[in-house]
Amino acid sequence: MSATVASAPPKAGLLRHIRYVLGENPVTALAFGLFALLVFAAIFGPALVPYDPIAGAGPALQPPSAKHWFGTDSLGRDVFSRVVAATRLDLGMAFAAVAIVFVFGTLAGTAAGFFGGWWDRIIGRIADTLMAFPLFVLAMGIVAAVGNSVESIVIATAIVNFPIYARIARAEANIRRDAGFVEAARLSGFSEGRILLTEVAPNLLPIMMVQVSLTLGYAILNCAGLSFIGLGIRPPTPEWGIMVAEGASTIISGEWWIALFPGLALMLAVFTFNLLGDGLRDIVDPRKRT
Amino acid sequence: MLGVTVRRLAAALPTLVGVVIVTFLLTRALPGDPAAYFAGPAATQQAIAEIRAKLGLDQPLPVQFLDYVQDLLRGDLGLSITTGQPVLHELTTRLPASAELTLLGLLFAGSVGITLGVLAALKQNSWLDNLCRVVATLGVSLPTFFTGLLLIYVFYYLLGWAPAPLGRLDAFASPPPHVTGFYLIDSLLAGDLETFRSALAQIVLPAITLGIFAVAPIARITRGSMLAVMGSDFIRAARGHGLSGRTVVVAYALRNALLPVVTTLGMVFSFLLGANVLVEKVFAWPGIGSYAVEALIASDYAPVQGFVMTMGVLYVLLNLMIDLLYQVIDPRVRLEA
Amino acid sequence: MPHPKTDRRTLLKSGAGAAALSAVGIRNAEAQSRRETLLLISENPPNSTDIHGVGANRPAYEASWNLYDRLMTFGVKKDAAGNEMYDYNSLKPELAEEWNLTPTSVTFKLRRDAKFQDGTPVTAQDVKWSFDRAVTVGGFPTFQMRAGSLEKPEQFVAVDDHTFRIDFLRADKLTMPDLAVPVPVVINSGLAKRNATAQDPWAMDWLRSNPAGSGAYRLERWVPGQEMVFIRNEAWTQGPKPSLARVIWRIVPQSGNRRALLERGDADISFDLPPKDFQELQNARRLKIVSTPVENALQYIGMNCQKPPFNNVKVRQAVAFAVPYERIMEQALFGQGVPMFGGPADPAKIEWPQPGPFRTDLERAKALLTEAGYPNGFETKLSFALGLATINEPISLALAENLSRIGIRATINKVPGANWRNELLKKEMPLITNTFGGWLNYPDYFFYWAYHGQDAVFNTMSYKNPAMDALIDRSRFAASQGDYEAAVKGFVKLAWEDVPRIPLFQPYLNVAMQQSIQGYRYWFHRQLDYRTLSKTA
Repeated sequence: MSATVASAPPKAGLLRHIRYVLGENPVTALAFGLFALLVFAAIFGPALVPYDPIAGAGPALQPPSAKHWFGTDSLGRDVFSRVVAATRLDLGMAFAAVAIVFVFGTLAGTAAGFFGGWWDRIIGRIADTLMAFPLFVLAMGIVAAVGNSVESIVIATAIVNFPIYARIARAEANIRRDAGFVEAARLSGFSEGRILLTEVAPNLLPIMMVQVSLTLGYAILNCAGLSFIGLGIRPPTPEWGIMVAEGASTIISGEWWIALFPGLALMLAVFTFNLLGDGLRDIVDPRKRT
Repeated sequence: MLGVTVRRLAAALPTLVGVVIVTFLLTRALPGDPAAYFAGPAATQQAIAEIRAKLGLDQPLPVQFLDYVQDLLRGDLGLSITTGQPVLHELTTRLPASAELTLLGLLFAGSVGITLGVLAALKQNSWLDNLCRVVATLGVSLPTFFTGLLLIYVFYYLLGWAPAPLGRLDAFASPPPHVTGFYLIDSLLAGDLETFRSALAQIVLPAITLGIFAVAPIARITRGSMLAVMGSDFIRAARGHGLSGRTVVVAYALRNALLPVVTTLGMVFSFLLGANVLVEKVFAWPGIGSYAVEALIASDYAPVQGFVMTMGVLYVLLNLMIDLLYQVIDPRVRLEA
Repeated sequence: MPHPKTDRRTLLKSGAGAAALSAVGIRNAEAQSRRETLLLISENPPNSTDIHGVGANRPAYEASWNLYDRLMTFGVKKDAAGNEMYDYNSLKPELAEEWNLTPTSVTFKLRRDAKFQDGTPVTAQDVKWSFDRAVTVGGFPTFQMRAGSLEKPEQFVAVDDHTFRIDFLRADKLTMPDLAVPVPVVINSGLAKRNATAQDPWAMDWLRSNPAGSGAYRLERWVPGQEMVFIRNEAWTQGPKPSLARVIWRIVPQSGNRRALLERGDADISFDLPPKDFQELQNARRLKIVSTPVENALQYIGMNCQKPPFNNVKVRQAVAFAVPYERIMEQALFGQGVPMFGGPADPAKIEWPQPGPFRTDLERAKALLTEAGYPNGFETKLSFALGLATINEPISLALAENLSRIGIRATINKVPGANWRNELLKKEMPLITNTFGGWLNYPDYFFYWAYHGQDAVFNTMSYKNPAMDALIDRSRFAASQGDYEAAVKGFVKLAWEDVPRIPLFQPYLNVAMQQSIQGYRYWFHRQLDYRTLSKTA
C-alpha cells in the first residue's frame, strides 16, 4: 500500500483515474454534486435567502407553504432561510475543527512515527489518554470548561479527533522512516526535522486528506450534538443542531417542520462527507476500498 | 496468557493516570461553584466561603488533587449534588442499563450490518452494493438525537406500536430481582414473562436508534473481509470442487470473514457505550450517559469525574479482552506488550 | 392537532397475540389497584427527602411535603375560576390540635393519637428537635425560619409531651404563616438520633434518603434520578384518609415525551409542560388544565444599577419602553400569564404584582436613549438560566430584536445550571430576564428581598436607594393599615420611576391532568399535595 502512495501516479493518469472512479461509481459522483451544493449554500446562501434568518418574517408556526417553503418557527422566522443560512456556520465549524486537527494531528503523528523514542512515547500517551474518554462527553466537558462559544466547539471537536489523526500519521510515517526518498534526503545532508517537514509529511497528504473528508461528517455531528444540548451556539444564530432542539418539543404537538428540515439538512451534509470520504479513498488508494 | 494479561494491564496504567489527571483538571475548570449551590438560594458571600472551606475547595489545586486521588483509592467517588446519592452507587446501578441498551443496539447493528456487508460483497459493484453502501452511510449520518425523536413520534405517538418512552419498564411494572442488572435476563431467570415483555418493548426503540449508527462500520468491515476471503485460494478451491454457492458462502467464506468483524464489534461496543449519551437523554433511559450529561450541565463535579473514570477503565479492560480474544481465535497473532 | 388515538389494549391483543392475551388476566386484577394509583411525571428528580438537607431542590420539597407533617396547615378556598386553592388567611390543625396565640408566644397542643410511620408517638420533644435543627443547620431552612423571626433554639420549648411553646423574639405577622410552610416539618427525633454520628449530629446524611416522618404517605421505593414511589400510610389520622393508595413519580426529561404520555393517557398528571403545550391542550379539551397565577411572583427584566450604561435611569426607562410586551405574551408565553404592563403611573392598589406603567413605544425609547447620551446605542449581554430556557429564550430573542431597533446590540448568554446562582450572586450581569416569587404573600416581603438596599441575592439588579429602603422598612412594621398602604403605594411608585426591573407578567402555575383526576389544589410552594387527589373510574 505504501508503494502506491509513495510513487504517486503521473498527473494525467490521476485525472483519468478520477474520471474512471466517478464513471464507475455513480454514488461518488452524487456525493461530489451534493458537496458542490453545500459549498454553494455556505458561500452564497446567507445572501440569497428570501427572509432575514434571525428576525420574525411572518406569523409563527405556519406549516410549509409556497411563501415559506419549510414553514415558520415559534417566533415566526422562516425555517428555510434559517436552514440555508446555517450551512455556513455548520460547515465552517466542522472545517475549522478538522483543519486544526489535520495540522496538529498530522505533525504530531508524523513526528512520533518518524523520530520514535520519547516523541513516540509522549504523543502516544496523549492519544491513548484521549482515546480512553467517551468522545462526546469529553467534547461536552471541554466546551463547558473553556466557555460557551463557537470557538470552544471547534477546539473541542478538534481535540477529540486528535488521536485518530495522530495514529494514522504515526503508522504511515513509521513505514516511510527508511524509505528510499528519505534515505536520499539524508544523504544530501538534510536535518531530520527538515526531512520530516519537507519529505515525509507532504508524502502523507493524500492519506490524510481521505481522513479529513471522513472526519468532517463526524465533526458536523459532534458540533450539532453539542449545540443540541444547549452548549456553544447562542440564539438566535441559525445552526442545525440548535434548530432541531428548538423544534424537538413541538414535534408532538404537530409542528414537525421546525425540527425535521434542519435535521434533514444535517443528515444530508454528514451523508455527503461520508460518501465523499469513501470516494476519495477509492481515488487515492483503490486497494483500500472496502 | 496470565503473563500477557499482567503486562497489558501494566501498559495501560499510564493511560489510566492520564485519565485521572485530565478528568480532575477538566472538572475543576468547569464554571459554576458547588459551594454556591450547597449554600442555598439566599446565601451571602461569607456563607459560601465557609462552605467552600468545608469542601476543601479553598485549597490549592495540587492539594485538592491529592485529596481526590486518596478518595479514589478508597473507592470513594463523592456525592452527586443533583441526586444526592453516592456516585459509586449510582454508577453501579446505572451501568447495567447502559450496557444492556448498548448490547442490544450492537445486536441490531451486527445483524443488519453483517447482512448488508455480505450482500454487498456477493454482488460487488452492483446496484445492490451501492444501495447497501448508501443505506449504511445514511445510518451513520443520522444524528442520534434526531432519529430518536422521530422514532418516538412515529412509533409511539402516531402508531402506538411502541410503549411510552419512560425508561426501562412501563410505570406499573416493578424491576425483577437483581441478578445481573440486565432486566431482560433477570426477568427470564425469575420466570416473569410479563416483566420480560415490558422490558423488551421498552428497549427496542432506543436500541434501534443507537444501532443504526453502528451499521455502517460493521457492514464496511464485513464487506471488505468477505471480499478478501472470497478471493482467497481455498474458496476458489471449494468452488472448483463443485460445492454450491450457498454452502461456500455460509460454511466457508462467512465463517472466516467474521474474525475481523468480531474484533470490530468490540471496538464498536466501546464507542457506542460513549455515544449513547444523547439516546439515553431522549428516551429517559436511566443509564450512565444521561447521568453524566445532566451532571455536566448542572456543574456537578463528582458524577462527571466518576463517569469518565468508569469509561476509561472500561475502555482499557475492553481492549484487553479484545486482544486476548483475538489471540484465542487466531493463534497467528502474537501479542507484543 | 388531530391524531389517531389507538387503544393500546386492542392493539396489544391483535398485534402481540398470545403473549398479550395471557397477560390480560393479570392486568384485570391490577385494574382496581390502578384506579388507586397515580402516575405523576416531571422533568427534574427530587434529590432528597429531607427539606433541611443541603442543596435540597424543589422536587425534594414535594417529597417532604407528603412524607412529613407540620404543626399547622392552610385551609382551602376557591379561586376566581372556581378551582381549589390554599387559603392564606386560615390556619388549620395538622399535628397540633389547637393553639393559643398571645403577643409574646404561641402554645400548641399536639394530637395524642399522632404516630410516626414506625409507630412511635409524636411528642413535643420531636417538634423541638426538628425546629432546633431547622434554625441550626444553615442554608435554606434557617433562612426561611428567620423570615418568620424564628431564629434561636431557645425560642422552642417542650412544656410536656404534648405541649409545645414558641417564644417570640419580636412581633412579626409572618411568624404564624411561616410555621405552615414546608420547612418546619416534624421529624422522628428518636429514630434520627439513632442514625446520627458525632460529625453529623442532625443525621443529615441518613435523613436524606430515609424519611422519618408521620406523613400521609410513606416512601416505598426511590431510584434516584428515575422514580419515587409512595404508598398510603394507613395509620395516618391528621386529616381525612387520602384516596390514592399509591403514587408513582417518574422522571421524563423531554417535554415532548411528557406531552405525548399525557395525551395518550399513559400518565395522569404533570406540571412541567411548555406554555405552548398548555395553551393547545386547553383548547383541545381532552385533558383537564388548571391554571393559577402564582401569588407574589413576577417575571421581569433586570438591569444592573451599579454599572454603566444601566446605572443611568434614562437608559433603564428607554429599555422599559422598548420591550415588545404583547409579542412576549403571545410568542413566549402563549397567553399563559397575567400581563404586568400598560398600567397607571400612580399605583391605585396595594396588590402585588400589579401592572407597571410601561408599554411598547420605540420612539419614546429612542428619545430617552438619546437624552441619556447614547444616541447610537451600545453593546450589552442579555443573560438567562439555561434550565429555564423554554420561556426565557423566546423572551430574550424578542427583546433583543426590539433593542436592536433603538441601537442597543444585545448578545444572548445562556448560563448553565448551578452557575446561574453564582452569577446572580456576583451581580455583574448587565441585563437579565428572570422570575422571582415569595412564598409568603405580602408586597413588603417581595420588596424586602428584591428591591431593598441590603442587596440580597434576589435584588439581582443591585438596586440601592435609601428612600426605597425607608419605605420598605416602614411597611414591614407599620402600626396602622393606612400607614401600611401608604408605604406600599410609595415603594411601588418608586419602583416604577427608578425601574431597576421591568415587570413583564405574573406567571401561571399550570397543571395538566386526565379528566379522571379530582381534588387538585394549588399551593404556594407549587408542588403537588397527594392527600387531596383522587381518581374516578
